[in-house]
Amino acid sequence: MVTAIRALGGATVDAVAELGRFAAFAASLARSIVTPPPRVGRLVDEVFKLGVLSLLIICLCGAAVGAVLGLQGYNTLVRFGAADSLGAVVGLSLIRELAPVLTALLTTGRAGSATTAEIGTMAVTEQLDGLRMMSVDPLHYIVAPKALAMLLVMPLLSALFTVFGIFGGYLVGVRLMGLDPGRYMSSLQDAVDFRDDILGSLLKALVFGLLVGLISTYRGMTTAPTSAGVAAATTSTVVTASVSILLVDYVITALWGV
Amino acid sequence: MSDQPSISSAAGAPPIVFDDVSMAFGARRVFDHLSFRVPAGLIAVILGGSGSGKSTALRLIGGLVQPVSGRVLVDGEDVARLGERQLTRVRAKLGMLFQGGALLDAMTVFENVAFPLREHARLSAAEIATRVRESLAAVGLPDAEALLPGQLSGGMVKRAALARAIVMRPTILLCDEPFSGLDPISACRIEALLGGINARFGMTIVVVSHDIASTMRMAARVLILLPDGAVEGAPADLQRSGDARVAGFLQPDVEAALRQEAAAVAAAPVEAAAGPW
Amino acid sequence: MRRSPTRDLLVGCFVLAGLAAIAYLSLRVGGVSYTGPTGLRIFADFDEIGGLKPRAPVVISGVKVGEIEDIGLADDYRARVALTLDPALRLPVDTTASIVTSGVLGDRYMSLQPGAEDDILKSGDQIQFVESAVILERMIGKLIHNANVGSASEKP
Repeated sequence: MVTAIRALGGATVDAVAELGRFAAFAASLARSIVTPPPRVGRLVDEVFKLGVLSLLIICLCGAAVGAVLGLQGYNTLVRFGAADSLGAVVGLSLIRELAPVLTALLTTGRAGSATTAEIGTMAVTEQLDGLRMMSVDPLHYIVAPKALAMLLVMPLLSALFTVFGIFGGYLVGVRLMGLDPGRYMSSLQDAVDFRDDILGSLLKALVFGLLVGLISTYRGMTTAPTSAGVAAATTSTVVTASVSILLVDYVITALWGV
Repeated sequence: MSDQPSISSAAGAPPIVFDDVSMAFGARRVFDHLSFRVPAGLIAVILGGSGSGKSTALRLIGGLVQPVSGRVLVDGEDVARLGERQLTRVRAKLGMLFQGGALLDAMTVFENVAFPLREHARLSAAEIATRVRESLAAVGLPDAEALLPGQLSGGMVKRAALARAIVMRPTILLCDEPFSGLDPISACRIEALLGGINARFGMTIVVVSHDIASTMRMAARVLILLPDGAVEGAPADLQRSGDARVAGFLQPDVEAALRQEAAAVAAAPVEAAAGPW
Repeated sequence: MRRSPTRDLLVGCFVLAGLAAIAYLSLRVGGVSYTGPTGLRIFADFDEIGGLKPRAPVVISGVKVGEIEDIGLADDYRARVALTLDPALRLPVDTTASIVTSGVLGDRYMSLQPGAEDDILKSGDQIQFVESAVILERMIGKLIHNANVGSASEKP
């Protein structure tokens, strides 16, 4: 019994210490981002790897989610004679919640784990030390562009997810179920408010991008120097980032929403 | 032991000095009160068993880790106490060959060797290309420019990494186990390259190794890290040494060691009966 | 880390596509207010606004021309509704504002019927002619009450 409590206490202290190291890492990273020279080429590279290469998965999943929303939404709304509001239902669900959250989760799985694996492998194979010996700060050269790219890319991907989702819902509602296209779009337009919904959606995406960027790079930098360590770090990134995204989603929704 | 840090590479001042350095990783002590000097313009080799701290010694020189106590002087400056900017200045004099090469795996060999030039030297693209090709030719890899590190053999990786380490013409070259993982022919090639670089550029070279034969051939001075202290000297002197530890290290009685190991295993108490645990 | 013009182009296209998506959502879907601080701001007092909410649309002949900016309480405890409209509108001073429902159970919005006067409403003016929202429960209650009175008066 006592052992269990002691273990719990130890675990709590460890967790807080880890949080402290994470915060210190974030601070160093922020400092290295504003240190010249700006690595634009590296940033473009990372935007390519994280953003462009995620396009297909985001657009496909966006359309799929929108289509499912259209289907489920229609089946429920038609019972109340409110099928004309399908546009609003699909649009609001996507914009307020599904687009930022699902985009972030999908990106975590694809790009976040890749980032952790890449940095972790570089740490294990002494490439980061090699950079240090050549007087190039690995934070500045490798890590910062990745984190910054993730931050910038997330709102863009989220918006694309939303657009494809609305289209997916349109395909189901209008083409499949025969709703009037004008009413689909107008119910959507009437229901969506720029400040509450669109801006909130972009803010969420930005915050999630920051979270995933920081977590994935931190886990990469703190990988245990073995190949099993890289695998463990990658798993940890996906788990930690996913849980954080969902928790922070609640916080933002509660604080931002009316 | 120089007390004036600004005297650099003056004739006679050793480029690398370990002054009473103790090192530990957490509870694990690596070495205590280590002192030695590396002579300028010669090849020095650090020998030792696994875990003796030889790679750590190199990392201390490069400022990648900090000692628990003592000073590590590179050209008279204590690298353990320097800030980032000053460390950059010291590192400009160092070239390091890592055990695995540590080439950036997303770049070609050419881009890897060109990397330090592009970062720190103000040269035109043509000048960079010339220097890179020079370096690659010096290590015997003139045709490997466009290859990725993943496409190279172990020996080629080390040679490419060596090319990168010397492209900025450092005064001190550090090599961490340059022969490990290589077949005897490739290892000989690396040994010859290091000798050639030392002869041609007059670079001070510090090699960490566990291969005794090549050490005796190429080193001007040898430092042996033993569990209970360090022994330093010229190869010939060490081989003739009457010190039992040195002799035991340099000409290990493998048969005796094997017999000892077998006896220890047989005497160890059996922990549990065989079966599901 | 291979820089190539193709890669740069793709990144540029990606960023443009993303920004276009954001712009589309903001303007076409979210309806970023085209009648910001430069809109035509007028007021109307109502006895009953029903479930009218801020940012509800204001329409003329079914076409959206603005939205409800704010709803507050006037000194005489009537509801004071602030409207923000397209600045290009020229509404006569005898325009009527009615609160109507979209469908039977739908959202409330405001409909304007332009009058016939020559004078035009300016920012800060008040609409004089209003029709308050119809509360469904009261209407049903009235119907039942009238039905009872009717059947009672038929008794000899």
